[in-house]
Amino acid sequence: MALDSKTEARKFKIVGTRPLRPDGIDKVTGRARFGADMSAPGMLVGLILRSPHPHARIRSIDTTRAESMEGVHAVVTRADFPAFVEDEALADVLDNCMAGEKALYDGHAVAAVAATSGAVARAALKLIEVEYELLAHVTDVDEAMRPDAPALHEDRADETVPAGMSDNVMARHEFGHGDIDAGFAKADRVLERGYRTEATHQGYIEPHACLATFGSDGQADLWCCTQGHYMVRNTCAAILGMEQGRLRVTASEIGGGFGGKTTVFLEPVALMLSKKAGRPVKMVMGRAEVFRATGPTASSSIDVRIGMAKDGRITAGFAELRYQGGAYPGSPVDMGSMSAFAPYDLEHVKTVGWDVVTNRPKQAAYRAPGAPMAAFAVESAIDELARELGLDPLEVRLKNAAREGTRASYGPTFPAIGLEATLRKAKDHPHWSAPLGPNQGRGVACGFWFNFGGDTCVSLNITPDGTVTVSEGNPDIGGSRASMSMMAAEELGIPYEKVRTIIADTGALGQNDVTDGSRVTFAVGLATIEAARAAKREMCKRAARIWEIEEDAVVWEDGAARPAGPNAGKHPPMSLAEIAAVATNTGGPIAGHCEVNAEGAGVSFATHMVDTEVDPETGAVKILRYTVFQDAGKAVHPAYVEGQFQGGAVQGIGWALNEEYIYGEDGRLQNAGFLDYRIPVASDLPMIDTVILEIPNPGHPYGVRGVGETSIVPPLAAVANAVSHAAGVRLTHLPISPPRLLAAIGAK
Amino acid sequence: MSRIHVTTTINGEAAEFLCDAGETLLDVLRDRLGLTGSKEGCGTGDCGACSVVLDGRLVCACLVLGAEAEGRTVGTIEGMTTGEALHPLQRKFLEHAALQCGICTPGFLVAAKALLERTPDPTEEEARYWLAGNLCRCTGYDKIIRAVLDAAAEMREAH
Amino acid sequence: MHYVSPTTTDEAVRILSSAPGACRIVAGGTDLLVQMRSGMPEADTLLDIKRIGGLREIARDDGGWRIGAAVSGAELGEHAELVGEWPGVVEAVNLIGSTQIQGRATMAGNLCNASPAADSVPALVAANAVVRVVGPEGVRDVPVLDIPAGPGKTTLKRGEFVSSIYLPAKTGQSGDAYLRFIPRTEMDIAVVGCAVWLAFDAAGTCTEARVALGAVGPKVILAEEAARALVGTRIDEPALDALVAACSAAARPIADKRGTVAFRTHVAGVLARRAALIAKNRAGGAA
Repeated sequence: MALDSKTEARKFKIVGTRPLRPDGIDKVTGRARFGADMSAPGMLVGLILRSPHPHARIRSIDTTRAESMEGVHAVVTRADFPAFVEDEALADVLDNCMAGEKALYDGHAVAAVAATSGAVARAALKLIEVEYELLAHVTDVDEAMRPDAPALHEDRADETVPAGMSDNVMARHEFGHGDIDAGFAKADRVLERGYRTEATHQGYIEPHACLATFGSDGQADLWCCTQGHYMVRNTCAAILGMEQGRLRVTASEIGGGFGGKTTVFLEPVALMLSKKAGRPVKMVMGRAEVFRATGPTASSSIDVRIGMAKDGRITAGFAELRYQGGAYPGSPVDMGSMSAFAPYDLEHVKTVGWDVVTNRPKQAAYRAPGAPMAAFAVESAIDELARELGLDPLEVRLKNAAREGTRASYGPTFPAIGLEATLRKAKDHPHWSAPLGPNQGRGVACGFWFNFGGDTCVSLNITPDGTVTVSEGNPDIGGSRASMSMMAAEELGIPYEKVRTIIADTGALGQNDVTDGSRVTFAVGLATIEAARAAKREMCKRAARIWEIEEDAVVWEDGAARPAGPNAGKHPPMSLAEIAAVATNTGGPIAGHCEVNAEGAGVSFATHMVDTEVDPETGAVKILRYTVFQDAGKAVHPAYVEGQFQGGAVQGIGWALNEEYIYGEDGRLQNAGFLDYRIPVASDLPMIDTVILEIPNPGHPYGVRGVGETSIVPPLAAVANAVSHAAGVRLTHLPISPPRLLAAIGAK
Repeated sequence: MSRIHVTTTINGEAAEFLCDAGETLLDVLRDRLGLTGSKEGCGTGDCGACSVVLDGRLVCACLVLGAEAEGRTVGTIEGMTTGEALHPLQRKFLEHAALQCGICTPGFLVAAKALLERTPDPTEEEARYWLAGNLCRCTGYDKIIRAVLDAAAEMREAH
Repeated sequence: MHYVSPTTTDEAVRILSSAPGACRIVAGGTDLLVQMRSGMPEADTLLDIKRIGGLREIARDDGGWRIGAAVSGAELGEHAELVGEWPGVVEAVNLIGSTQIQGRATMAGNLCNASPAADSVPALVAANAVVRVVGPEGVRDVPVLDIPAGPGKTTLKRGEFVSSIYLPAKTGQSGDAYLRFIPRTEMDIAVVGCAVWLAFDAAGTCTEARVALGAVGPKVILAEEAARALVGTRIDEPALDALVAACSAAARPIADKRGTVAFRTHVAGVLARRAALIAKNRAGGAA
């Protein structure tokens, strides 16, 4: 669906305001129901037994003692699931939910029990006897690529991987255009540097939770916290060998996801336990389980080579990216390789990405998956080159910035985009010229994200009294119900308070893609607008019927049907409520709906600026000031747009400074808790200033672009650049934890 | 294993329950009393999502035994609203969009209320340090801190 | 598992010595409940000491302060007189965890949990605090330094528990300070901790010093060489340099997920210098 008007900025009445969210009262009073807040009569508690070994063959599992314990109603192992799942990716999901032949990481599920209480279930887990044959393990990406590294799988590499590489290398990706050798030959200075980032976790505060009820008639119901209940339905159905229509999934309120709830962990197991026990089964992860056995993001090792002319023009860019994505193929190295140089208009550019498996939990999406590490490497290198050549880092980026018509490093040609606007705004901002004190440094970096559209359904129903309900199929992860209500109200010309948006279960709508790819405000918004337009057409039809004039002689303006022009006759306008009140006499209930694979998501860019102060004696880093400049296309609810900018920036700050998965020599995760997996706390941070730019997305009627993910792409590099300047030494390994920084300062 | 009978006061009302010796107050509130507004984010006192007030002290319900509530008073998020009227903090959280997913919100509200009862005019730094035990992963804390300071200002004016 | 909450120390001692299986003391519970959740030591009896008379009191005693074993960090922090006399000790306790943790956590619990990184312990050692232990054989007073035996282990005997901690009377011109290093600003376990207590004569010369280090050994370290570097000086630069060197030399850290050996060794000295200057300032005697 194209932008309504490309020539003049549309005047909105509701879009762009900041109304209260419809789920607000429930969430400030404790009434909102999240994943773990539901219960059912006769409910059992399900718990999972997890491998303490990073890599082991499972010789046998003896569940007889656990099964005979009083209060235990079901024990499940892999043997209870279908022996064969055709789709390779889904087969991996099953194997990740319940280990088959091998336990592939510390925390890998090997069995599960359902019992009358948590205490009984915990005791039962101790009675399950698993015989393991321990195997050598590997958790580091570069070590895993060595030909002699312990192999997790055999013959899983795809055809892109050259012969002779480690069995842990799953795929090779390549992107780019031009002739980089020719480009480097033109450079005045070529910088080559290696970078590393450690694995991080999304760190949502709500652990995974679900409540499964499997009936003896083969129908099942599932309540869970997820970013996509349609995905849960389809995945569980495939894994359990049942028809999708027989499984109804209801999404609870979701306590954060950031990509980490775009797959399943507990849900198939809970369903299987419920099926065997014949009773509802509730499963809730503990925090340690969340860290050990859900989907952190990849760790990376990246080599960058960039050539720059004296005037700051980048003559060539090359990056080789190696990401380990845990125990199964599918690290986001492809996205990293595509996005690494995306902000720049380069004649010669090439990226090569390697997807590598290690004995770690299978990675899941994390906000702009794959892009932040790639941006860290490239934006650090650009910063260093600009410094060396005595150039302004914002000017260098402006000189090379991708614009409308630029051929992106990953293939397509960009339509209207906002990178340049964010850079100019940054340059003009008082933050850029503010003075810095001793041991302080300022960093900037740019970031890019693709954004996504995808399968989307919206049903918009007009009630008899003229209020409107919108049913959509995407869990609301940060206020999207408010945005949908706003777009519906805008389109219908009625007050925001007249519209209520709900997240419908899988029985109510067609297929909906997951809440990911920053797609919801764009795609569900687009479908909401289209559904409202369909309802308006129907209401005009009803008015025409009442007025006994032609349908096309009626228009919808300001929330009412009106005769179009003098020839249509002199009829007073009929409001939505008036038409709704008589709907039963004019043809029955009125609704509009839209089912679409939304295209035209519109890429998104941001520039971040940060000031840091370094304690040179301890390596402690303080964030002094932070400003986000990002293009939102059109900010539907600016407060929630700002919230996305701020939240992404702070997650990026955590990634840059303190967050990391720490594995011991024994291959076990050492910091599976919020005590030692250190996400930023309130006292670590200043206010996060935001500047919203609005360069309309040509692919959305209101110009909306997704905003959720781009905000985590620049901060890793922005912080690293700022710390590097403050400390006088280049930091190339994230997180820049105090011991790492102090060692770097000492080695200066 | 016999259960312990506990008589206590929750949100101003008399309450009693049976619990096991090792059961936490959080488990009791959520699983035995249906007060699911207090959330379990970690179970180890690191996230603050289960913040409640015990005899006037802000604590993590996950680090209190249910049995310890005997004869004491417990305040939870469910007791923050009187009738239909939201507490100023609740209102300001909504007005400032200080929540995205909302899972940390009950804990933040209970903790912020305890702050303003002791320190009606907190500085930004005081608010940030008081709330450092409440993790939020969505907002970056900016709008939460603004909401708390704005609510404090409004409550001071009302006095 | 059983839960008991006796109201007298005698009753507590009786339960502690006679209860079958493992009996664990519940004071603030902020370490115990975390350990119970991780399934570590299975307790058979949970003995809550908070209802024992006097254990939640802070009382003047012979010029010093007797602090009940169940007094929370928040209660210590709100006691203006105590804060005025032993700011370093109270600061150290108040650094433990969040506001919520402060509502529960106790100094005695921090000591008896016997973590090498316990924040209050170096401060108590520097303050020369004395622990009152009650047990089947009566009451004994023990220097804080003698309580920790190693990570997770104390010298308490079966049937014994800590009923109070005594902070001695503040002498003339003296002051204490505690600093720790953590990667964030809150919520972390100390990577290194350092407490300094100093006393001065009227001329501003340091007459006595105690320096204690945390998280750089299996238990708290009383750095006597470091203290000697300060005594007889006006805490000037050469003395501070000697202090830094002595603290780094006294540190016997391990490398773990929280820090490297090199980092901890270096930062022990950095913190000692900073803490000494604060303690000097607080003593008020030395310009």
